Amino acid sequence: MSLLEVAGLTAGHGLLVACQNISFSLEAGEVLALVGANGAGKTTLLRSLAGAHRPSQGQISFAGANITGLPAHRRTALGIALVPEGRRLFTDMTVLENLQIARAAKRTGDWDLASVLDALPQLKSILTRRAGEISGGQQQATAIGRALMTNPRLLLLDELSLGLSPIAVEGVYAVLPRLIEAGIAIILVEQDLRRAMATAHRLICMLEGQIMVQGPSGSLTREAVTAAYFGLNRQAA
Amino acid sequence: MIWLNQLLQGILLGGYYALMAAGLSFLFGVMRVINLAHGSLAVLAAFLLLMIDHWLGVSPFIGLWLMLPIMALIGMVFQLGILERSLSGGPLIPLLATFGVSLLLDNILFAIFGANTQSFAPDIGSLSYGSWAIGHSIDISQLDALIFATALVLLVGMHLLLTRSQLGRMIRATAIDAEAASLSGLDPRRVRVVASVMAMIMIGVAGAALGMRSSFEPYAGGAQLIYAFEAVVIGGTGSLWGTLIGGIMLGIAQNMGATINPHLSQISGHVVFLLVLLVRMRMGSLRLGNFLRKRMRPSVVSA
Amino acid sequence: MTQYYGVERGTSRTRIILIITSCLVVALACGPALMSANILDHLIVLFIYIILAISWNALAGYGGLISVGQQAFFGIGAYAAIRLSYYGVPVYLALPLGGAAGAMAAGIASLFMLHLRGGEFAIGMWVLATLIQQLVSLDPLIQGSTGTSLLALNHFAPASRRADTYWLSLAVLLGLLGALFWLLRSRQGAAMQAIRDDEEAARSIGVAVAPTKRLAFVFAGLGAGMAGALWLAASITFQPGTYFGVQWTAYMIFMVLVGGIGTFEGPILGAILFFALETIFGATGVWYLIGLGAVSVGFALFAPRGIWGALEARFGWRLLPVGYRLVLGPGFARDKTASSIVQSDHHA
Repeated sequence: MSLLEVAGLTAGHGLLVACQNISFSLEAGEVLALVGANGAGKTTLLRSLAGAHRPSQGQISFAGANITGLPAHRRTALGIALVPEGRRLFTDMTVLENLQIARAAKRTGDWDLASVLDALPQLKSILTRRAGEISGGQQQATAIGRALMTNPRLLLLDELSLGLSPIAVEGVYAVLPRLIEAGIAIILVEQDLRRAMATAHRLICMLEGQIMVQGPSGSLTREAVTAAYFGLNRQAA
Repeated sequence: MIWLNQLLQGILLGGYYALMAAGLSFLFGVMRVINLAHGSLAVLAAFLLLMIDHWLGVSPFIGLWLMLPIMALIGMVFQLGILERSLSGGPLIPLLATFGVSLLLDNILFAIFGANTQSFAPDIGSLSYGSWAIGHSIDISQLDALIFATALVLLVGMHLLLTRSQLGRMIRATAIDAEAASLSGLDPRRVRVVASVMAMIMIGVAGAALGMRSSFEPYAGGAQLIYAFEAVVIGGTGSLWGTLIGGIMLGIAQNMGATINPHLSQISGHVVFLLVLLVRMRMGSLRLGNFLRKRMRPSVVSA
Repeated sequence: MTQYYGVERGTSRTRIILIITSCLVVALACGPALMSANILDHLIVLFIYIILAISWNALAGYGGLISVGQQAFFGIGAYAAIRLSYYGVPVYLALPLGGAAGAMAAGIASLFMLHLRGGEFAIGMWVLATLIQQLVSLDPLIQGSTGTSLLALNHFAPASRRADTYWLSLAVLLGLLGALFWLLRSRQGAAMQAIRDDEEAARSIGVAVAPTKRLAFVFAGLGAGMAGALWLAASITFQPGTYFGVQWTAYMIFMVLVGGIGTFEGPILGAILFFALETIFGATGVWYLIGLGAVSVGFALFAPRGIWGALEARFGWRLLPVGYRLVLGPGFARDKTASSIVQSDHHA
C-alpha cells in the first residue's frame, strides 16, 4: 500500500480547469518532483492534496484512508504538511510563534523546536523577530520549520526558490537531504529542472493540467522532460 | 476645579466605554466583521442578568456568574448560526445579517419586558451612590472606579492571553491568515467559535456594567453600539490600548460638552468622533486597526 | 464557422411591459379622480416605501455601501421642508426642496463618510444620523423632542391636500425611477453594476469607483430626503425621534433584501410586499417587527439575492431593459462585426 494515492483528480477555479484527471502514487520516504510551466496546475494539485482546495472529482487516499473530503487541519493532523506558495507566514507574529502555532496539529515525533532549529540553524538568531520583517530566505526557512513542527509524513513544498536570491535558495535547499534522510515523503514543485532531477527519486511533468511524462529521475533524459515541459511531443503527434 | 473634576469623571466614564467597545473591537480583529448586533447583545445580557436576579433573588454580582456562561452559549450559537455562514457570503452579508439580529433581539426584548426602563442600581446597595471625596469638589464614584478597573483588568487579561498563550497565538494566526492557520493544523472554525464566545463574555460584562451605572430598555442597544464604535474609531489603532484611550477620549469629550451645556454631552462625543475621522483621513490611514496585529507587543511600536 | 453576436437591451417582452407600465402610470395619475381617500392615503405610503427601497438599493446594490444611517436624510428632508415653509416658501415647493436638501447633505457627507469602508461606513452613518437628530432638536422651532407640525398645510382643504400630496409623491417616485433607469443605462450605470459585481475587478479595469459611489450616495440621499418630506406632507407632524429613527433603515433593508438587492425591479417588489405585510400584520405591533427581523436574517443568510434575484437567475426574467443581453445568430448581417453592432445599438 502506497502512502499517497491520487486517482482521477480534477480541480479548477470556477470554469477554469487547473488539473485534470491526475493519477499517481507515492511511497513512504519517496521524493517526487513536480515540474511544469507556470499555469500547468502544480500549485492547485498540491493545494488539493493539502486540503486547501476542493477538487471537483477524484479521490485522494493517505495511508490507506480516503481523505478526499477532509479539511486542511484534519489532513495536517494525519501528517500532511504544505509549505505554501508565497510562504503565507503569520507576518505579525514572531518566528518563534510561527513555529509554535504548528503544535496545534498535536502530532508528536522527532520534530520539536530543538530539532527544527538544529535542521534550520539560520532561524536561531531571529526567533524573536516578526516574520514580516525578515528576509525572504529566512521566511522560507520559517515556513519549512512551521511545516516540520507538525511532524509530517508527507511534506508538500511549493516552489521553495520563488523570489529568493541564489544564495538564499542554497540555504533553503540545504535542509532537504536531512528531511529525506529522516524518511519524510516529499512532493516538490520546482521550476529548476536540473535541481529537481538531482533531488527527487521520481519526476512528474505537467502541462495544462495533465501529466505528460513521469518516471524515475534516472530513466528520464532532460530532453524528454524539456519536450514534455513545453508540449513539444504533443504538437508533433 | 470643576474642569479637573469633569476631566476625571470623563476618564472614569471612558472606562465604561472601553469595556463596551472591547467585544466589538475583538470580534472585528478576528473576523473583520463589524457586529451590528453588538449593542443589542449587551442589552440582552443586561436583561438576562435582570431575569436571573429576579428569579434567584441574588445580587447582580452573583447573577453575573450565571449570566456569563449563558452569554458564552449565545456566542457559540451566534457564531455557528449567523456569523460563520455570513462570512462566506461576501462583505455585505455579515452587516445585513447582524443588523437583522439586532432588530430581532430588540423587539423580542420589547415583547417580553415592555418599554419600562430597568436598572440594577437598587440591587447593588451603597455601591450605586457611594463615592470617595478628594478635596472639596472632586467625588469619585465607587461604581465608576470599579467599572474602570474591570475594563483595565479585562483588557490587560486579553492582552496577556493573546500574546502569551497558545490559544492566543491560534486566534491571532486565524485572524491574519485563516487558510495558513488551517494548514498549520488548527481548525479556524473552532477558533472563531472560541473568539466569539470570548467576545460575548466581554459583552456580558459590559451589559452588567450598563445596568449598574445607568438604566436600560429594549431599544438601548443602538446607542451602546454607537458609543462602542466611537471609542474604537477614536482609539484608532484598534489595539487594546487604543480601545481604552478611545473610550477615555470619548468620555472626556462628553463630560466636557456637558459642562458647557447639558444638551452638548452626546453631541460633543459625536463631533470628536467626526473630527478624528477627518484628521485620520488627512493622514491617509483610516483603518479600524486591529486588536491583534500591530502594536500587540509594546516593544514593536511600528506605524 | 464564425458566430455572430449582437447586443440588445430589451426583449420583446420588455417592450410589452413598458406599454403596460405606461398604462399603469396613466391610471395612477388619474387616481384622485377615481379612488377613495383611504386608498389614496395608502398609495401615498406605498409610493414613499418604494422611494425608500430604490434609494437604499442604489446605495447598497449598486454602490456596494451598506448604510444604517439613511434616516439622516429622511429626517433632513422633513426638517428642511419645515424650515423653508417657516421662512415663507410655498409649502408644495418647500417639500421637494426639502428632499433636495437631503441630496445636498449627502453630497457634503460624502466628502468624509465615503472614506470609510464596510462596517465602519455602516455605523459611521448611524453616528451621523444621531448627531444630526441631536442638532435638529436644538432648533427652537422644533421644540426639542416634542416636535412641531407643518402648519402651512392646514391652509389647504383636506381633499385637495390629499390629492396634491398624492400627485407630488407619484411625481417624485416616477422621477426617481426614471432617473435611476436612465442612470443604469448610462456609462455610470455600467460602472455601478461593475462595482456591484466586483469592486476590485472594476477598479482594475479602470472604473472610477469613488465618483460612482458618490453618485449612488447622493442619489440615495435624494431619495431618502424626498421620502422624508413626503412623509411629512402625509402626516403633517414632525418629531425628531421618529424621523431620525433607525427603523426607517430597517424597513429599507428589509424591502431591498427581500425584493432583491442590486436589481431594478426587486426593491419595488420588496416595497409592495412590505406594504402588504404591514397592512396585514402591522396591528400586531412588536411581533410584526420581530417577524421583519427574522425574515431579514433569513434572507441575508439563505437567499441573499432576494425574491427577484432568484427569479431572474432561474428564469432570466427582466421586465425592464436595464441590462444587456447577448444574442447570437443569423439575424445579424454578415458584414457587421460584433463591435459595430454594439456601437450601433448604443447610438440607437
